[in-house]
Parts: sequence; C-alpha cells; structure tokens
Amino acid sequence: MIFGDVFAWLTTAANWTGDGGLLQRIGEHLWYTLVALAGAALVAVPAGLAVGHTGRGVTAAVGFANAMRALPTLGVITLLSLQLGVLRTGPVLFGLALLAVPPILAGAYAGVQSVDRSVLDASAGVGMTRWQQLWQVEVPTAMPLLLGGLRGAVLQVVATTTVAAFVGLGGLGRPLLDGQRVTDYPQVAGAALVVAALAVLLDVLLAGVQRLIVPRGLRVTARTAHRPG
Amino acid sequence: MIEELARYLSNWRNREMVLELLVVHVRLSLLPLLLGLLAAVPFGWVAQRYRLLRAALLGSANVLYTVPSLALFVILPGILGTRILDEINVVVALALYTAALLVRPVIDALDAVPGHVLAAATAMGYRPVRRFLTVELPLAVPVLAAGVRVASVSNISLVSVGALIGVGGLGQLFTQGFQDTYNAPIIVGIALTLVLAFVVDALLVVLRNALTPWQPRRTKKDGTGQARTAGVPAGGQA
Amino acid sequence: MQFKLIAKLTAAATLAVLAGCGGGDPLESGGTTATNGGGGEVVVGSADFTENVLLAEIYAAALRGAGANVTTKLRIGARETVVKGLQDSSLAVVPEYSGNLLAYLDKSATQTKPDEVYTALQSAVPDGLEVLDMSEAEDSDVLVVTEQTATQNNLSTVEDLAPRCGEFVLGAAGEWKQRWEAKIKEIYGCTFKSIQTTDAGGPVTVEALKSGKVQVVNLFTTASAIDSNGFKALEDTKRMYPAQNVLPLIRSDALNDAQKEALNKVSAALTTERLTALVARVEVDKENAADVAADFLRDAGIQGQ
Repeated sequence: MIFGDVFAWLTTAANWTGDGGLLQRIGEHLWYTLVALAGAALVAVPAGLAVGHTGRGVTAAVGFANAMRALPTLGVITLLSLQLGVLRTGPVLFGLALLAVPPILAGAYAGVQSVDRSVLDASAGVGMTRWQQLWQVEVPTAMPLLLGGLRGAVLQVVATTTVAAFVGLGGLGRPLLDGQRVTDYPQVAGAALVVAALAVLLDVLLAGVQRLIVPRGLRVTARTAHRPG
Repeated sequence: MIEELARYLSNWRNREMVLELLVVHVRLSLLPLLLGLLAAVPFGWVAQRYRLLRAALLGSANVLYTVPSLALFVILPGILGTRILDEINVVVALALYTAALLVRPVIDALDAVPGHVLAAATAMGYRPVRRFLTVELPLAVPVLAAGVRVASVSNISLVSVGALIGVGGLGQLFTQGFQDTYNAPIIVGIALTLVLAFVVDALLVVLRNALTPWQPRRTKKDGTGQARTAGVPAGGQA
Repeated sequence: MQFKLIAKLTAAATLAVLAGCGGGDPLESGGTTATNGGGGEVVVGSADFTENVLLAEIYAAALRGAGANVTTKLRIGARETVVKGLQDSSLAVVPEYSGNLLAYLDKSATQTKPDEVYTALQSAVPDGLEVLDMSEAEDSDVLVVTEQTATQNNLSTVEDLAPRCGEFVLGAAGEWKQRWEAKIKEIYGCTFKSIQTTDAGGPVTVEALKSGKVQVVNLFTTASAIDSNGFKALEDTKRMYPAQNVLPLIRSDALNDAQKEALNKVSAALTTERLTALVARVEVDKENAADVAADFLRDAGIQGQ
C-alpha cells in the first residue's frame, strides 16, 4: 500500500538534490561513519593485535569491549553534546567510534589468536624476531577475522548514525526523524531504505577489499570469517 | 555534577519515574529476546538442512539488520495494523533483529554437532524431532548462548532509541535530559543501562551453565567460561 | 531429561517475562481508555517540549484529584503524532494550543483572535474529540534573532525582517516548514535563504542561533531561552501566528463531567505569566515537572495529587 508512495518519494528528484537533499545527507552520513570507523580502528586494531600477540590483558580487553557494547549510543551522544557543545560533530563521532571499537577489537584479537601455534613455532625456528612474527605471520593470518570485525562495525555504525539527527546534526537520520515527526511515512521508509542500501554497499566494498588483501592461501579461512549473521 | 546527580536522585518523583522507565526497559528488551530466539531456531534448522535456503536466509537477515531501528519502529504500525504508540511495535522490531542475529549461531551450532553423535542417536531409535530437541539443541546451547548474550546487549541498547518516537524505557532519560540541558537524567540512564546489561548477561551465563552441566567451567582466555566458538556475530546496532 | 530441564527453564523464563508484562501487557498497550467515560484508566499525553510536559503533568494531577486513574505518556513527538494517538485511543487528553491546533485541523483557517480561533476550533475538531475551556494563558511561536542581528539590521518586527529573509537561514523544528513556509511567504512575502531543522525550542535551536549557524529561529514565548540568552523576539505584527491559548484536547468519552470540570478549573487558573514562571522552574531550576504541577494546583486551590 505505501510501497508506491515510498517509491514515488525515492524517485522524486527534488528529494535528492539541493540543500538538505538526500545526496547531501548521504554525504554527511558517510562522513560521520568513516571518521568514526577510522578513529575506532586506530585504537582497536593495535590494541587487539597487542593483546592477541602478547596474550596479556585479555580479560581486561574483553571486559572493556563488552562494557562498551552495552553503552547506549543515544545516551553517550546527548551527554557529550551537552558537555562539549551542542551542534558539534565531536560528540557524535566519539559515540559512534565507541560503538565500533568492540567488534574491531574482537576481530583483531580473534584474528591473531587464530594463528596456528605450529606456524608460529616454525617461524621462530626460521629465526624471525617477535616483531617479524607479528607483521609477517600473525597480521596476515589475522586479516580475515579482522576484516570481518570491521565489516560488522560498519553495519552497526551506518545504522546507528541515524541518531545524530536527534542532536541537530545531518545524515540520513534527518529525513528519517523529520518524516517521523510529521508522520510522513514514505519519507521515513525511503530514508531507511537508503540507509540499508548504503550499509549493503559498504559491506560489498569491504568484501571486495577482503578478497584483494587476504592471501590466496588463507582464502579457506576467509570463508569462515563472518560479519553479523 | 555530583551535586546535580544527588539533587536529581533525592527527589522521590524522579526516582519513581526512573524505576518505571527501567521496568518498561526490561520488558521491552527481554521479551523480544525470547521471541527472537524462538523464531530463529526453526529458521536456523531449516537453513542448516537446505543449502539454498541458508544463503537466502542469511542474506535477508543481514539486510534486515541494516534497517535502522528507528525506521522499523515507525513503519511497523502501518504493516502490523497496531497503534503508533503501542509497545508491541518495539517488541516485534527487536524480535526481528534478535532473530536475524541468532540465525547464524543456530546454523553454526547445528553444524558443529558431531556426526557420530547424531548417528548414535538415530541408531538408538530417536525420531528426528526428538533427536533435534534432546540431542542437537542441548549441544547447541553454548554457541546459542553466546549469540543470545550479544543480542541481549544489543536489545537493551536499542530500546533506548525508541525514546525518539515516544516509547518508554531509559531512553526517555536521554531525550529529557538533552532537551532540558540537564545532565543528571542522562547519567542515570547510562548507568542503569550498563547495570542492566551486566545483570542480564550474568543471568544468561548462569542459565547457560545450568543447561550444559557437561561443559568444563574453567575460564578460558576469552573470558566466556566455555569452549570458545568461532562464528559468533560481532554485535548489533546500538 | 535434559529436554525436561530446558523445557522447565524456558517455561519459567517465559512466565517471568510475562509477569513483568503484567502491568502493561505489550499486546494490550497501556493506553486503553474506558469507553464508559472516566471510570477506567486515563492516559494524558504530551508533545516533546518541556512546557507541554509540564501542562500534561498539571492536567494529570488535576484529573487524579477528580478521581481518575491517570497514567502519562510524555514526550511522544510533534502534534501530528500526538493527535493520531488521540484518534486511535492510545491517549485521552493532551494539552494543546488553539491557533496551531486549528491550523493543523483546518489548513484554510484564517482566524487569529483568541475567541474567533476557539469558535472555529470547536467545529473543526474531528468526531469523537473535543476541546474544553481555553485558558487565557498563551504560548506562541515567535521568530527570534540575536540582539546583534537585531541592532545591525534594525529589526523589531517580522515585517522588518521580511525583505531581508533571503539573506537569512531559519532554524526551527522539523514540522515548521510544512506548517508555515507557505504562510509566511503569503502574509509577509518572506522566503528564507534556507530552513534547517534544529529542534522544538530546545538546546539545538538555541545553540544554532548563538553560534551563528542560523540567523533566525523559531522559539516559544514562554520559554526561558529568549531572556536567558539575550535574544530579541520579533513582533508578529500581521498575526501570522494565530492566538495560542492553552486548552485540553480530549476524547469526549474518556472523561466524566467532574473530570472535565477539573480541567476547566486549571484553564481558568492559568495565565501567561504564571505559565512562564512555572516553565522556568523546570527549564532553568531543573525541578521535576510533576512537583511544579503539584505546587501550581495547590496555589490555585485545585484538588490534585
């Protein structure tokens, strides 16, 4: 019944172009997502690699990641906005980054852990230093699971970035929230579909990256690396 | 900020409201967990047996997960024919997310059941349904439990988003706090959400251990207290 | 035997969760209002800005004093959602503003004076709903600029603003565009450079104006933000924004006469000054809205809880 209306909304050029149009919103949405992910990866990847490599601080890291999963993003964003200044992107980016850390951390850590002990033994036997072991053995092996964690993070962040609109920022949450306020459901559904499409697109892109980066010999492992679901 | 918090919590009306919101929040996050699990098991079972359906189901589960929760809350009344303020919209939406999240662990868990155990059960005369319920499902509990724990945290966080459409739950503390530029409710909301997630997680661990008395209890490195299993979904939306 | 244990635990868990649902079975939703009028549960709803929440608490307390079993559903959203809630029986009573409600129900309405608006409203209200007595208290939308913008451009009324609209960006709640963009063009000849969604008179709107992200915003006359930030409200000389008297919008069969009378007493006791002071206590002093509501009722001599 409303599918026709949704389709009509999505195919109206006026909704896409211009100030506040979908193209602008998609741009904003992507920007928030990518910056948040980059920030999260910057922290979570080294941390996960370190924990996996040294085997120390595991319970702390796992506990910390689990606690972060439980943080309600809306709460974090509103609190930080009030503290650091409303309408600043910082609070939102920070809240989204917090969301992305656990899956990336888990992926990095699990990835390093998945290295076969015998392979590590062999590499030590060949004379590799611990540093060399890390970069030439553990990291390449960890790639599938690491990228899997990254893909999971992307899905979460893309979907959650919609709440940025509540604190006055842009992104695809804007047409979603605005539509909801005036009960314009075609707009809400349309915006939701664009978000879903964006998430799927990014996931496909990352899958492509995964194919390129993961060495052929590890492709077997790559197939078992998954994102949520 | 501490004085602000103290002042906020010393008011009995505030405390009462927070408690009410907490109760609603618990209800809205746990009921979908149960419903989602009940839905995921048959779907997962079907998907595990029929390869073609597996890809299709997993694909749809993934796409479902990308739909922002806010949108789903708003659109469901139109589809379900419920009233826009009904809690059931949130329950159904979260049950869908939970089911989407748990299909994969169900499949993995069923995949992981050793073939010889299944053969032995069949040899003992177990029919498929009984075999499924009394052999495969119990063995699947550890992997399922991990998935359910992730889903529980995800749900608890997602219920907050419902506040944006006026649904109850601790999320109202965030929207109210923001609008009134009042930190205290937000802090209380975050704290209670964390506590709730922690408590529910602990309860789930107890439940899992009760259901799997044959599993070793020593805490392995990943802190799950069980044999670590791969293939657990990395998490949900917040 | 494992099966039995699982079955028992699942049953127990289900019962526990459903028991928790007892107070508000999601399948039934805590919004059922009695059709016999006043005997059952009354749900008072509110839109998502502070003053409306306060008014809802005042109404709720007064209704409790008149014997109703009241629950509140606060911060639901904008009028569009709230009125839908009334129509589908999720809500029984909401605090409304005569002018905006009329504009929502009848897009072609042109009345602007309080009594005219009220009369037109009474016939515009859909079947099953009704408006009770209106209060003399008003809370209007108002266009606001910073003191600096006002002095630099010599602005004191919206008429002064109109020829310059094209240079300014307006910040307002999501629903403003739909409601007023056409009207302001028709009445004042004003077309803003662009309209950005901020929020319903909340921190985002205030910050947007303060930071210069937008140059004009839409706030509410009783909100504390205008004074506390030194903003300048522009006078609506051509009366684009109609009279906005506070009044209860209810489902006719939801309240009995005693309860309707209680709400009328509230409307009689409410004035704009009083309302502004009450709103400031919640917005600025961060008091609990229900506390402030209780004080108001006590001072006005109205029975409340």
